Amino acid sequence: MHTFEFIRPPNQAAAVATAAQSKTAQQGADIRFMGGGTTLIDLMKLNVETPDRVLDINRLPLDQIEATPDGGLKIGATVRNSDLANHPKVQKDYSVLSQAILQGASAQIRNMATVGGNLLQRTRCVYFRDTAMPCNKREPGSGCPAITGHNRTLAILGTSEHCIATNASDMCVALAALEATIHVQSPKGSRAIAFHDFHLLPGGTPHRETVLEPGDLITHVTLPPPIAGSKQLYLKLRDRASYEFALASAALVLTIAGGKMTHARVALGGVGTKPWRSPEAEAALTGKSANEATFSGAAEAALRNAKPQSENKFKIELAKRCLTYALRAAAAG
Amino acid sequence: MSDANPKSHPPDPTRRKFLLTSGSGVAASLVAGYVPALAKDTGVESDPSPTSTGSNIEGAVPITLRINGKEHSLRIDPRTTLLDCIRETVTLTGTKKGCDHGQCGACTVHVNGKRVLSCLNLALMHDGEEITTVEGLGTPDAMHPMQASFLACDAYQCGYCTSGQIMSAVALLEEPCGPDDAAVKELMSGNICRCGAYANIVEAIQHVRKRA
Repeated sequence: MHTFEFIRPPNQAAAVATAAQSKTAQQGADIRFMGGGTTLIDLMKLNVETPDRVLDINRLPLDQIEATPDGGLKIGATVRNSDLANHPKVQKDYSVLSQAILQGASAQIRNMATVGGNLLQRTRCVYFRDTAMPCNKREPGSGCPAITGHNRTLAILGTSEHCIATNASDMCVALAALEATIHVQSPKGSRAIAFHDFHLLPGGTPHRETVLEPGDLITHVTLPPPIAGSKQLYLKLRDRASYEFALASAALVLTIAGGKMTHARVALGGVGTKPWRSPEAEAALTGKSANEATFSGAAEAALRNAKPQSENKFKIELAKRCLTYALRAAAAG
Repeated sequence: MSDANPKSHPPDPTRRKFLLTSGSGVAASLVAGYVPALAKDTGVESDPSPTSTGSNIEGAVPITLRINGKEHSLRIDPRTTLLDCIRETVTLTGTKKGCDHGQCGACTVHVNGKRVLSCLNLALMHDGEEITTVEGLGTPDAMHPMQASFLACDAYQCGYCTSGQIMSAVALLEEPCGPDDAAVKELMSGNICRCGAYANIVEAIQHVRKRA
């Protein structure tokens, strides 16, 4: 592991001011905020991340879950995944988020991982994690061996000729369906970023994964007021029943009135280069009858632009079945 | 396997003491620069006074770790994981290193009562926090009920994952968990047992839960 200076900033302003000296907030940042450490320390051991300075933000007062004036929920950046998933208000009003978190990682990792860190969870692509291999995300311009190599678990939506790495987060898939907002503090002030705008497609710059700039500190996430009477479901399909990343997953927030879907939010996991909100599926569901034909039509729409690689063509059918099954189960539930 | 030479048992049969004694020069010189505590007598586990080690490591920073109710004033390289600090600096070797990448659960300890993976944490992140390792749960003469249950249910074969399994199992008792075996299996999925003692591990945990 690269040597680094360990710093515990006394307050948020000091954390932001120090981090603003970093050359980048993206891959290879020389200054990193440390949350739970479950991704960052892993990647530091692999020399994929080599920060010179590590800023421990775990003791900043960012660990609260509280109601917002508009009836939504404010979730601090250092709230642990387990505390969020088991929070009574989350279980009652935002159950898709609770389900998604509890189907991710293990109990120990959920006790460590923070909300802010999970928003920045890195891909599990084996080429990204191995510094002996080329990787455009890690070393821009070095190439993507995954496209002609091991790509069974990699993305089929949002890929480019430069990168096909899957976004690994479960929590983010639920936050996409819940239309969360990410709040960031920087030296210039604070700003709010719609969830959909936070993660970037790889395009020609796969080393840029989010819109964050040096000095940007995620302080909290807000959820809009709960959708009254909504049916929520997170379905995750994987190679083993627990403690495994998704091959395909679906997060749903649906309201059904008089047999028709009046509100439909759909996001997919395990198949996209970012948490994959599907406006195509939502359009195919909204205002339509909640029946098998509508569900399979939505699944077809969601995967219409899928681009498989040599080993992951199966994911197209798997993701369709995942979404269809989830819609059927949510509508019946 | 029969013991070919029953009279050869050393006074303290732990593997670590055996290696430190028999490996002498080679082992000690290899590790001395990195983990000076190892080059010393390892009797620190039973020493009631605060420990102070690591003063000759370049770039070392001070930290006070509170492990099993005892304070350890240390100087460590900032890169030291909580796991390496517990095992190599404080020489509490009940906590095991399996994958060192958060995939196996062998290194599970409790921080402020919650189970975490000590391999994916820096020791410096836990300055002043309450850390519990398997040594803090019980002793061979006064075992924690979960330790006793693992013994009674034969919930291990090689034993390497066992301390992590037990630390997870004890934490599970305080977590939201359904009554059935499936719920236990789900919450124990972060602890891998290569021998495959899973059925007996679940049985051991359920015994303790039903008695509680």
